[in-house]
Amino acid sequence: MDFSRPLAREHRPLNYMTWLTIDAARSAVQERRTTARALVETHYARIEKEDGRIGAYLTLCRERAFEQSDRMDRMAAEGMSLPPLGGVPVGIKDVMSTRGVRTTAGSKILAHYIPPYDSTAVARLEAAGAVVLGKTNCDEFAMGSSNENSAFHPVRNPRDLTRVPGGSSGGSAAAVAADMAVVALGSDTGGSIRQPASFCGVVGFMPTYGRVSRYGLIAFASSLDHIGPLTRTVKDAALVLRTIAGRDPMDSTSVDLPVPDYVAELEKPVRGLRLGIAKEYFGEGLDDEVRHAVESAIDKWKHLGCEAVPVSLPHTPYAIPTYYLIATAEASANLARYDGVRYSYRAPGVKTLSDMYRRSRDQGFGAEVKRRIMLGTYALSAGYYDAYYLKAQKVRTLLTRDFEQAFRKVDAIITPTSPTAAFRLGEKSNDPLAMYLADIYTVTADLAGIPGISIPCGETKEKLPIGLQILGKHFDEPMVLRLAHAYEQAA
Amino acid sequence: MKVTEKDVTDVADLASLELSAEERTGMVRDLNSILDYIDRLNQLDTSKVEPMAQVSDRYGVDESKPGSERFAGADRDDVVEGLRKSLSQEAALANAPDADGTFFRVPKVIER
Repeated sequence: MDFSRPLAREHRPLNYMTWLTIDAARSAVQERRTTARALVETHYARIEKEDGRIGAYLTLCRERAFEQSDRMDRMAAEGMSLPPLGGVPVGIKDVMSTRGVRTTAGSKILAHYIPPYDSTAVARLEAAGAVVLGKTNCDEFAMGSSNENSAFHPVRNPRDLTRVPGGSSGGSAAAVAADMAVVALGSDTGGSIRQPASFCGVVGFMPTYGRVSRYGLIAFASSLDHIGPLTRTVKDAALVLRTIAGRDPMDSTSVDLPVPDYVAELEKPVRGLRLGIAKEYFGEGLDDEVRHAVESAIDKWKHLGCEAVPVSLPHTPYAIPTYYLIATAEASANLARYDGVRYSYRAPGVKTLSDMYRRSRDQGFGAEVKRRIMLGTYALSAGYYDAYYLKAQKVRTLLTRDFEQAFRKVDAIITPTSPTAAFRLGEKSNDPLAMYLADIYTVTADLAGIPGISIPCGETKEKLPIGLQILGKHFDEPMVLRLAHAYEQAA
Repeated sequence: MKVTEKDVTDVADLASLELSAEERTGMVRDLNSILDYIDRLNQLDTSKVEPMAQVSDRYGVDESKPGSERFAGADRDDVVEGLRKSLSQEAALANAPDADGTFFRVPKVIER
């Protein structure tokens, strides 16, 4: 596979498909240097050739893709201006509902589920001209950090097929990294956009909680679930966010605030900005190569006129236990709906209703999903609610206050995205706790609901990508994107 | 050991999960290992800390209003087919493992 990384220029002839961006794809279709249909065909050809070894896709939707690409081609032929994502091939994580296209959440229990409606994020992408190629693989119900929990097949890291792509949006990250989609949507509950982005060497952006509607997103933990883009450039992340953000009456937690022009914000200067460096994110367990790469990136920002300011986020060591109580408690409630009656798998040969529930769920859910349902049910059960669930909600307040206090002193916080580069398949799959610790730098932002982006910042000696994370205040996506863009342009 | 085999059986009942004997043994081990780690939360005194159930507790809340009205958009007028048309009966039944065209069909609820 070709992993040379020149950005496709706006006017490069379009038989050149590697590392294509939104603007490059759209302008090529607009100017008739290629067609949207040809872009789709090239991507499907590549998926056919490469995806057997990577496993990024679970379902392709050719009919829907060609219908949309032909619509874009007709617009271009008539000289009409294409919408901002006109003709751009995208992948959608298989936790987002797509009308008429199988949506499994990576689970056997939904192996044949065909949603009767579209999620808002997908509908908005398509309204902006994007072409949905198919549904990308993920950990079952987005529960995992390696994509090994997919009930269908794991995803392999395109950079090194013996390694995981991260999770749970591993299929989305691998598809973007391996030229099988220009951009993809993922979801992030504890790091599931940012960690796979860092493992695969792409950009992954989790916006503020409430910035993007969750309508049609198959729920894992409703107070923590976020939708966001995985892309090759920061500008593409800004373009996708501008398209999917904003109030949606179908999600009462989506916020009624104006959506800024994130793309225009990218070019603002970074000189004089204050970057928080929290020692809690550079302690024990952080791989030396990752540490070095992130520190070099901080030097780069200093060179651009930013100031590095030490901050403290003292409750960080409590983030993982807090997260695994709140996320599993919410999951145990959300996953109660899979009962074998309305749309999920039903075990054959059951005699009674309760037998049907139990055996359908037993056969339909995988080991990690059962583990989390059990932990969440335990934490919510009589006698343990105060000790576990309520306690975790209180520590969530403390973790959020840590950020609020830090952001009084700084404009953004820089951390590694993950303590290590991509690990090997099987390395952590028998030790749930070790797997949970892969999210140690990402879960806190989900708990606090603040925006965070992971961008590539170098490679290990073994040529594995390293990612760094930029965290911002609630709704300060412009700041996060601006800093990310400045680094990307300078690096 | 916080969690015993019996706890696992009881919780599996609450969660409508039928676990095999082998799964139960593994679950006892895994839950105890995770709960041991979670125990570190008890190092923190949270007696004066308010619980946080929603991120929106921390932003954009109109403190002058009571209850759920504090959150923009949390309530709306109750209108028939206002936001999205209800699914047709056919669409609503389309994914059912067993349906008779009008109803979902399930095994007997009352055991004799």
